[in-house]
Formats: sequence, structure tokens, C-alpha cells
Amino acid sequence: MSALATLDPPPAVLMRILVIEDDADAASYLVKGLKETGYVVDHARDGREGMVQAMTDGYDAMIVDRMLPFADGLKIVQAMRAAGIKTPVLFLSALGQVDDRVKGLKAGGDDYLVKPYAFSELLARLEAMLRRGAGPQVETKLRVSDMVMDLLGRTVTRAGKDIDLQPREFQLLEYLMRNAGHVVTRTMLLEHVWDYHFDPQTNVIDVHISRLRQKIDKGFEPPLLHTVRGSGYCLRGPDPAGAPQAG
Amino acid sequence: MVLSPLRLVRTWAFRVVALYALLFLISVAVLLGFIYVTTVGFIDRQINATIIAEINGLSDRYREQGLSGLTEAIAERISQDRVGDAIYLLTDSEYQPVAGNLPGWPTDVERQGRWATFMVTLSDDEDATGYDVRAMSFLLSEGYHLLVGRNLREREGFEQLIEESLVWSVLVTVLLGMFGGFVMSGDMRRRLDAINRTTGRIMQGDLHERVPLSGSGDEFDRLSANLNAMLVQIDRLMVGMREVSDNIAHDLRSPLNRLKSRLEVTLISHGSADQYRAALEQTVEETNQIIATFNALLSIAQAEAGSGRDHLAPLDFADLARDAAELYEAVAEARDQRLVAEVVGSAPVRGNRQLLFQALANLLDNATKYSPAGGSIRLTVAIDGPQVVCTVADSGPGIPLADRERVVQRFVRLERSRTTPGNGLGLSLVTAVMTLHGGQLSLGDAAPGLVATLALPLAREPQEISARSAA
Repeated sequence: MSALATLDPPPAVLMRILVIEDDADAASYLVKGLKETGYVVDHARDGREGMVQAMTDGYDAMIVDRMLPFADGLKIVQAMRAAGIKTPVLFLSALGQVDDRVKGLKAGGDDYLVKPYAFSELLARLEAMLRRGAGPQVETKLRVSDMVMDLLGRTVTRAGKDIDLQPREFQLLEYLMRNAGHVVTRTMLLEHVWDYHFDPQTNVIDVHISRLRQKIDKGFEPPLLHTVRGSGYCLRGPDPAGAPQAG
Repeated sequence: MVLSPLRLVRTWAFRVVALYALLFLISVAVLLGFIYVTTVGFIDRQINATIIAEINGLSDRYREQGLSGLTEAIAERISQDRVGDAIYLLTDSEYQPVAGNLPGWPTDVERQGRWATFMVTLSDDEDATGYDVRAMSFLLSEGYHLLVGRNLREREGFEQLIEESLVWSVLVTVLLGMFGGFVMSGDMRRRLDAINRTTGRIMQGDLHERVPLSGSGDEFDRLSANLNAMLVQIDRLMVGMREVSDNIAHDLRSPLNRLKSRLEVTLISHGSADQYRAALEQTVEETNQIIATFNALLSIAQAEAGSGRDHLAPLDFADLARDAAELYEAVAEARDQRLVAEVVGSAPVRGNRQLLFQALANLLDNATKYSPAGGSIRLTVAIDGPQVVCTVADSGPGIPLADRERVVQRFVRLERSRTTPGNGLGLSLVTAVMTLHGGQLSLGDAAPGLVATLALPLAREPQEISARSAA
């Protein structure tokens, strides 16, 4: 958690997050974790309170539990979307079925996380969601340090040298580059690069990452693709601010 | 067993018997009524015919022999009629009797045209019982009136017979119905009671009870046999559930214990912040494993409950297999193995994309885990008649024939694989996913190694396949 805090410095502009969660314990951990990461957090204890606060539209993102007293999380988000409020929403739920995920996304949610979840996973998804909300991505070139990806020509170069990538490796690198400087988790990679939500028993993703690392980091300095222990991976160039962290 | 009247009325057997007796009674009444109407009609017609014939005969006699001849004939006929059925009366124009055995002419009330029905008391009857008489009048020349009749004793007797039959048949029907009802309901009650007693004992928790069969193969035996089959199924499910909960308790207790001991040891040790951190990270890692096990159990339960059955969508299993092969090809390479995929161009099925991919991933996961370095793994997808057949063959030690059924059960891990990571749920999940899709998993010998075969029903409309969006 603190590894993340050092890796992702608090956003320059304070981000306001609304947490709608009726479980007091779960909510207090969540609120504490988010505050330590540098967010301004409001907490609503039930569906009614959540509905009122959600409608004020002062938030940059919302974390909404599915099962709430007085009003279902789905209903809150549906009402919000009907009122034209576009705040990104991350659903939390103990209902782990694929159908529930689809229902949540259809109701206007932007992402869905099943309890129990790792806090690092939640944080990574929340940040990805906030970035998506930040602006349209119409770049034709992505750049991290001396590595450049040409999205139109489907080519990647590092320090001017061509790097030969398989299509899936290209997608993997593209996702990492779009989220450069931020942690992406293994499940996020499976969902966005492979388009599957499942639990691999072995670390299939690690193998693909190490293959990619062979191609983009071997023979180059400094390494760009870092493993974040207990969370996932992060693609980032050498930071002049030089936050010390294990790579 | 003695039943109180109220309880008797409430039994199904009594109601059946009562209804049956009522129907029987109605049919007896209808039959007797029919016999009565036809017989009485016949008797009436016969009496009428006799009367008409007599009148004709007597009027002929009057025409031939005059009044004296007629009175003579009447007297003769009365004397010949021993039974006293015949009625004759000859009067003058003033209705004063001249001859015959009737004291007076019937009143106007009793007459209907030429026919009359009236009551008469015959003078020679000692007890002076009255009889109904049916008679016909005839106007002779010179104003004489002739009346010829027959009394209706025969007909009345018949009416009485029918009435008595009706009373008796009601009595007999009710008695027989009650007797039959007791016999029938007794038999039925005994057999239903046997079933009720057994189910009662089962409700108290003894699932090994079975309903006794009479051996006759009738409806009750079929009901009992079905109940027994249901009990076997329930018993099997209960045993399965108990095994699962035992296994959960066993397989989750050890990691939870490890977790707890590590936390406790860390608490009492005076370690550095870094040591605490390392312990916490290890704890998080282990918790993730426990969560993964829970999720796998949940997925199996969901697939087994068939909750996703309504949401099966057309998809191309070949695409899934290619994705899975691509995903695991890297894993195989990292273990110095070779993954060979032979996948047909398109294999349309109806299914849940995530669950089917999870099943494929589990099989490939096992294959890479159990194949030795330098070994090879073969993934094939082909269409075989009405089925999509997918095989995953490894070059590992395989599974002995005797264990093949056991390994698909939850948490079952063969002794020699205890040391490899895994929760023993992989193949259970594959089986559950196959069942949900109407397919099946079978394990065979790849000589050497294990070959896992998935057979899925081929979807009929390949044009519905939705193209997977490029990620």
C-alpha cells in the first residue's frame, strides 16, 4: 500500500471520492486507505444518504456497494445517469457472477470489483478510471522515456531501435504505456488485453510480462517495466524526482 | 385402526366410496325407472286391448240376441272370472243398473271421455279393500249403457314390486358400499400409512429409510419406487455436501492456521519495520490464495446450480481455444515445454465465454504443471458429428485408471501432486462447467500422459457467432 503511495504521488489537484458502503468496518478501511493515498473522501452509510450525495455531483469518482439498505447501488447509479451526472463509478459487490458484472456495467458503472478484493487492485482500478475520465485518448504516438509506440504504424522503437512484437505483446505494451506511471494489476491486464475475467491458477500474466521485458528492457538502460510486489506491474521511465522504490 | 366419523369423512378413500355408491344408486334407480315405465305401459296397453275386445264381443251379442242375451253373457263372464278382475255394468238410459257386478255408474269426475279410472269396493271382498279400476263405456241402442273394465291389481302389484326393489337396492348399495369402502380404504390406508411413516422418519433425519414395496408393481409401488429413487438422489447429494464441507474445513484450516501462527509469532517478536512488512506481505499473499480457493468453490457452485444457463450465448469455441493456447504457450515455453495447438477454423457452441475459458485454462494449467521439462502439450479442437471435441494431452505421469473418477471431485489431489501448487478444484470446475453446457469431461491415457477430453454440443446457427472485439 505504501509502495503504491510512493509510486503514485498524490494527484496535484485534490480528487474527491464518494464511498457508498453500509458495512462500517469495510468502509472505514477503504476511507482510511484512500485518504492515505491522498484523496478527499466522503462516506455515505446507506442507499438514501448515498443517493442524495451522489446527486450533488461534486465528486471525481464514486465507489458504490451493490447491496445497500434503502436503495440498491444499481438504482443510485441509474438515477445518477438519468440525471446526466457522468461521474465514473466503481461497483463493489459480493455477488461474483459474470451476470452481475454485466448488470452493473449496463446500469452505468465503469468498473466492477468483487469482494473480497485487494486494496491495491481497487486503487489501481480507481486511478485507471480517473485517467479515462480525464480526457479523450486520440494520440497516435505513445512515449515512455526513450520508447515510442506508433499506434498507426503498429511499430515500437526504443532508443531508435526497432522492437519486434507479436500482436498480443503489442496490445499488452499499449495498455501499459497508456497507464504509464501507474500500477496495473494482473486481473486488469487479463480483462483489458485478453478480454477474459477469470482466475488463472498459475501466473500466466507474469510469463507474458517477462517475455515482453526481454524484448523492451534487455540491452537497454534503465529498465522501464517494473514489478510492484503484491500488486502488479508499472511501466515508467527514470523519474527525475527519483522516488526510491524496489523495482 | 379405528377412525372417528369425522376423520373417516375426511379420508380420500371414504369420499371415493361415497361417490361410487351414489353413482351406483343413481344407475339402479334409472334402470328400475326404465323397467317400470315400459312394463306399466305394456300392461296398460294390454288392459285397454282386453277391454276393447270385450266391449266389441258384448255389443255383438246384444245386436244378435238382444238385452236378455247380453245380461246372460255378462252373468256368464262374471261367473267365469274367479279372480274377480273383470268389471261389467249394464244400465238403462237413466244409468240404473240392469246387470253386472258394479253397484253404480262412475261419476262424471271419474270419467275422461269414454274411458274412466275409479276406485271400487267389490261387494264380495270381505275386507272391503278398494281397487283401482280402468273401464270403458259404450252406448248401446235403445239407450242402454255398457261399461266394461278391469281392475289394476296386477299393475299396482308391479308398482309395489318396483318400489320394494328400489328400497332394497338402496339398502344393499349403501351396505355394500360401506363394506367395500372399509376394505378398500383399509388397504389403501395401510399402504399410504407405510409411505407416510417412512417419510415421517426421513423428516426426522434418517435418510437411509426406504418405502417398502408390495411387489405388485401397481401405482403405489411405482410411487414408492419413485420416492425411493428420489431419496437415493437426496442422500447422494447430502453425502456430497458433507464431503465438500469437510474438505473445505480441512483444506482451508491449514492455510488459516499458518496465517494465524505467522501473525502471532510476528506480534511477539521484536522485529524491525521491514520484518513486519515482510510478514504482512506474506500474509496478504496467503490470503489471496484462500480467496482464490473460495472463488473457485463459488464458481463451481454457480456452474452446478446452472444459474448461468439462461445467459449462454453463441460463441466460437475455436477462438477461445486459440486465445487459451496463446496465453499458455508462453507458460509452456517458460517451463521448457512445447505447446502444439491444432484448432479447427470455427467451432460454434452456445456457452458462457468466461466459464469455458476458465475450463480451458484449468486444463492447460494442469498440463503445463504436470508435464516435465522438455515435454510437449497438445491442444486440439475438432468437430465430430454433433459435438465439438477438445482434447488437452500432456506428457506427464498421467492418472491411473482407478483414480480418474476421483480426481474430478472437489479438493481431491493425488498424493504425488501434494507438493505442487493448486487447490484441487480445477477439474471439479471443468466438470461443473461442462455439465452447465450439456457437455462432458472425460479423462484418458495419452500414453504417456493424461488426455482430458471436452465434448460440447455443436450450435446449429454458426452465423450468430459474435466476433470477439479486439482488445
